Formats: sequence, structure tokens, C-alpha cells
Amino acid sequence: MSVPLPGTPVAPASPPGRMDRPPGPRRRLAAALHRHAGVRLSLLLAAPLAWLGVAYLGSLAALFVTAFWSTDSFTGDLVRTFTWANFHDVLTIEVYRTVALRSLGVAVAVTLIDAVIAFPMAFAMAKLASPRTQRWLVIAVLTPLWASYLVKAYAWRVMLSSDGLLGWGYGLWATIATLSYLWLPYMILPIYAGLERLPDSLLEAAGDLGARGWRAFRTVVWPLTFPAIVAGSVFTFSLSLGDYIAVKIVGGRSQLIGNVVYDNIGAANNLPFAAAVATIPVVIMLVYLAAVRRTGALESL
Amino acid sequence: MFFSMPDQSVAVRLRGLRKSFGPVEAVAGVDLEIADGEFFAMLGPSGSGKTTVLRMIAGFESPTAGSVELGGRDVTRLAPFERDVNTVFQDYALFPHMSVLDNVEYGLRVKKVGRAERRERATAALRSVRLEGFERRGPAQLSGGQRQRVALARALVNRPRVLLLDEPLGALDLKLREEMQVELKELQREVGITFLFVTHDQEEALTMSDRIAVFDRGRIEQVGTPAEVYERPSTPFVAGFVGTSNLISGEAAKAVLGRDGTFSVRPEKLRLALDADAPVGADEHGAIGTVAEVVYAGAATRFVVDLDAGGRLMVLQQNRDVSSMEVTELRGARVRLVWNRRHEFAIVP
Repeated sequence: MSVPLPGTPVAPASPPGRMDRPPGPRRRLAAALHRHAGVRLSLLLAAPLAWLGVAYLGSLAALFVTAFWSTDSFTGDLVRTFTWANFHDVLTIEVYRTVALRSLGVAVAVTLIDAVIAFPMAFAMAKLASPRTQRWLVIAVLTPLWASYLVKAYAWRVMLSSDGLLGWGYGLWATIATLSYLWLPYMILPIYAGLERLPDSLLEAAGDLGARGWRAFRTVVWPLTFPAIVAGSVFTFSLSLGDYIAVKIVGGRSQLIGNVVYDNIGAANNLPFAAAVATIPVVIMLVYLAAVRRTGALESL
Repeated sequence: MFFSMPDQSVAVRLRGLRKSFGPVEAVAGVDLEIADGEFFAMLGPSGSGKTTVLRMIAGFESPTAGSVELGGRDVTRLAPFERDVNTVFQDYALFPHMSVLDNVEYGLRVKKVGRAERRERATAALRSVRLEGFERRGPAQLSGGQRQRVALARALVNRPRVLLLDEPLGALDLKLREEMQVELKELQREVGITFLFVTHDQEEALTMSDRIAVFDRGRIEQVGTPAEVYERPSTPFVAGFVGTSNLISGEAAKAVLGRDGTFSVRPEKLRLALDADAPVGADEHGAIGTVAEVVYAGAATRFVVDLDAGGRLMVLQQNRDVSSMEVTELRGARVRLVWNRRHEFAIVP
């Protein structure tokens, strides 16, 4: 038998079994899927996309449509005829403007407070702590998320009550403090992730080129982690804007947009008006996201 | 080698430098003097402590014991921004949100150098690394070699006493690396600044530097010129790490050299005689063996020869008159290796 020289093509022996029989339907299907990446992708995405389209966007659309209806003030039944009346009321009646602005103010305050608390915390976690401590700190930040929202809100109620640990009493400031506490992890985690991605060598390079701490922070750390802060703010801002439970528990007699919506669905039985009020935070969020998009923060979500 | 230099000509002086990370001693007592204007290499395998020494000179790590002097001034406890050194980082560490020009001007801006002078010096620095016209680009729009040059310009523009380079060519491909070796050397001669660079590539250290310190397990094994380190390795580690070790020891040393101990001969100093009875000159040594392996490498061929007296030696021969067909046929041939006695060196185990 002659030994083939390297580089000489050798006819491959037919592999036994497998290729001789015609492939079964499952194998044919698998092979077809392998060839058509597009089909494969759409099959995988079909269910989640249907969920997103029907349940999420669909309900938003339904909300929007409902906002143009009204209720019969005598029977309380829905009247499905188009009217601008709800939006007209929302925009012209003083109290709704006040509530909307107050909600916006609370959301902005919560976001700023969280950013100020979260940044040093995230920086210590990402850049100063040993890997072991880092792990524990991440767990410590995450554990409050395992506890029920209500328990945490009532815990703050107890702390804030006039004979409680803090004793600030209830009201708008109490609401801001409670919401800041509740959403803090949502600010810490994106900033932590952003700082983790920031190579240590950039900080060293700044120091090497003569920059002291504050200057290095201002010229290198801040501009490179700003998108992460904005990403965190999307969470704290939107969660605060829609909240109505914390304010019920610690807000005293203060009202936010969420309460107006809640009261109109429940006590007032005016679903169309509630829907019109509920579009306010949606519009604010869309404006905010459009503004945020320019910073490139949405890529770091 | 340990004559003490006068202070003003010493760029870097390390005394009893140690660094432990928990139970691990990364640097276990390093003494070193680097003269002004030297191109100095710290060579060693990964984990040998060379990078940690560099980082302690830069100020990124503080030593567990010992001292760091720059130009005769003790800087052991000073922060990086208080030291007259600049670093070219292994990953270049260019600020991604700044243009090339802003990167290069960063150090000058921090030191409050006026706008006009800043621009002028930055432009000159970019010119010296042949990057004119790239001022407005972002680091992401540059190739690896170009980033490397920006990092160089950004450090050199500050005119530091010492420039520290951490594996400066490690991330570049072979062709570019060879080009940059020559360029770095030229640049250093031009600016006259002391260059201290860390590398694990022995060829890089041999080609670029005035002197080399070979590191192993947190200690310096040998300091010397490339020729000294290569021709006269003082320990088996240096012999093995810088070049191919080619050691003759034990019974083989007694049989071939008539002496006890461990000796090193570099592969290119050996002559391969195809006749096992080839004559050996008065100032030469010879050993008979069998060719075990032939590795054809284009310009040269490496032969692995098993000595009859025990042990094996690597021989490097230029392919002056032969082609691959001929040399590969030598596998199994009986040969005599001949070398001049002045090329064999005793090694302290």
C-alpha cells in the first residue's frame, strides 16, 4: 500500500451509517433552520415580541384611546364617543397642573439625591474595595430589593413618625426620603457597572500626568461615567414619577399624579379621566428619554 | 558592576525594594541604579516582579520596604502626580473622550502651561512620533501602532526625568513591533530622556537597551549590557531565559571539557562538522553526537544534537550553501560539534 504524500488529495471514505439513510424530518428541519438564520431568529423572537406588542404597547394604546372617552355622570357607564374634554380639564384646571409639577419636582429631587449618594458608594465598590468586599457590597445593595415594597415603606413610616427614629413627620419631604431609599439600588448598580468598565489605567494615567484627585475626577471619571448616571436616573426618575403608594403611606395629605389616577379609577369611577392624567408621566418620560438619548446613556442601560 | 554613581547622574536608584501582596512577595529585595540618559530594560517572565518595580517607581504602588530615588531625591512616599516621571501604559490608557491633541496636552494643561506654549509643545511631540495631522482624531479612530505613538507623545511632552514604559510593544503585531523597536531607540537618542522599560521579550531587550536587568521571582538575577547578559549569563536562569540555554554539566562536562561544573555555549557559536573525525584546534573543544532533530527556519537551521557523553546541545547554522532538502536529510547523522573555548562560560548554579 502506498503512503500518500502530504498535500496529495485523498478521496474520503464514505462515513458509515449516518449519511446513507435519507435524513428524518427532525434532522431536515434542523438543517433548514441552520441554513435560514432569519427564520431561526423570528421563531425565537415571536413569543417575546407578541408579549411586548400586545400586552405592553397594546395596553398603552388602550389607555390613550380611553383618555378620549367619558363617563355618563348619572349611570357611571363608559361613553365611547370622542372628546377632548379630559385633556382640556387636565391642562386647564389649576390643581392638576400643581400636582403634575409637584410630581415632577419629587422625581427630580429623588434622582439627584440618589445620584449624590450612589456615586461615592459605587466608586468605593468598583475601585477601592477588594474583590471579596466588592462581592459583599453588591449583595448588600441588592438585599433590600428582596424585601417587600410595603414593608420598607411602612418601616419608613415608623421611622418618620413624630416619636420615631427620625421623627420628621409626614409630608412631601418624607416622601422624597422614602422614595430615595427605595430606588437607590437602581442608581447604584448602573453607576457601579459603568465604573467597572472604566479601566484603572485611565485613573493612573491622569495621576501620572499630574492630575490630583478632584481634577482627575472632573476631567476623566465624570465625563466617562456620566452616561451610567443618566442610565440610573431613567430608573429613579420614572419609578418616582409613577409612585402613589409611598406618598399614601408617608406623604401625609400630599398628592402626586399617581394618587389622582388612583382616585379617579376608584372613588370617582372616571376611568377616561384617569387615563388622561396617566398620559402626563408617559409624556414626561418620553421627553426625558429623548433628551437622554443624546448623551448615549441608553447604550449603557 | 556595583560602583556607586554620583547623585546627579543617577536617574533612578532603588534600595532594598520589597513589595508584598498579602502572603505573596512580588518583589523580594531589589537594588538598582540607572544612569541619566540610559535606555534600560527590566526583563523577566510574567510574575517576576518587573512590572511591580515599574509601578513603584511611577508611584502606583507603595513599597513594603526599601526606597525609590529619582535624581537623588527620595520619592518613596510621594504620589504619582508629585514625581518627575511619566508612564506609557501597556493598554496605552488614552482618554477615550478626548481628541489626540487633548490627550497630549493633558499633562501641560494640568501644569497650567499657557495655551500657545501648550499647543506648540504638543504639536512638536506629535511630530516627533510622526503623527502630524492626527490632532483632531479620537483614540478609537487610530490603529494600535498609532495609539502607542500618542501614548508616547502624551508622556514625552512633559519632559520627565524618566520615561517608564510597561510592555510598550506587547500589543503590536510582529512587523510593527520591529519597526517600533528602531523608532523607540531613535526617539530616545533624540530626546535624551532616560527610558526604563519592562518586557518579557528577550529579543526586544537585547536589541533596544543599553543595559538589562534580568528578573526572576522578585529578584534581579543579573544586570549588564545586552552582550554581557547574552554572552556571559551568570546564572542558569539567565542562560535559559535570554537565548537558548545549551548547558553542559555533570559527566558530560567532565568528558567533553575535562572540568567539573556547569557551562553554557550559545547555539550560534557551535560549528557543526559532518565528519565525526573532524579536527579540533588547540583553542577549541569538540564533542561527538547524533543529530536528533532538524528545524529549518529559512535563513538558518537549528539542529538538536544528542551528545555521546550525555546531554543535548542546540546548534544554529546559517543556511549559506544549503537548502532545506539537504539539511533535513541530516537527521540521524553522526556529527562533531566544535567551538572556541572562549565561548564557553561557567555558570554559578
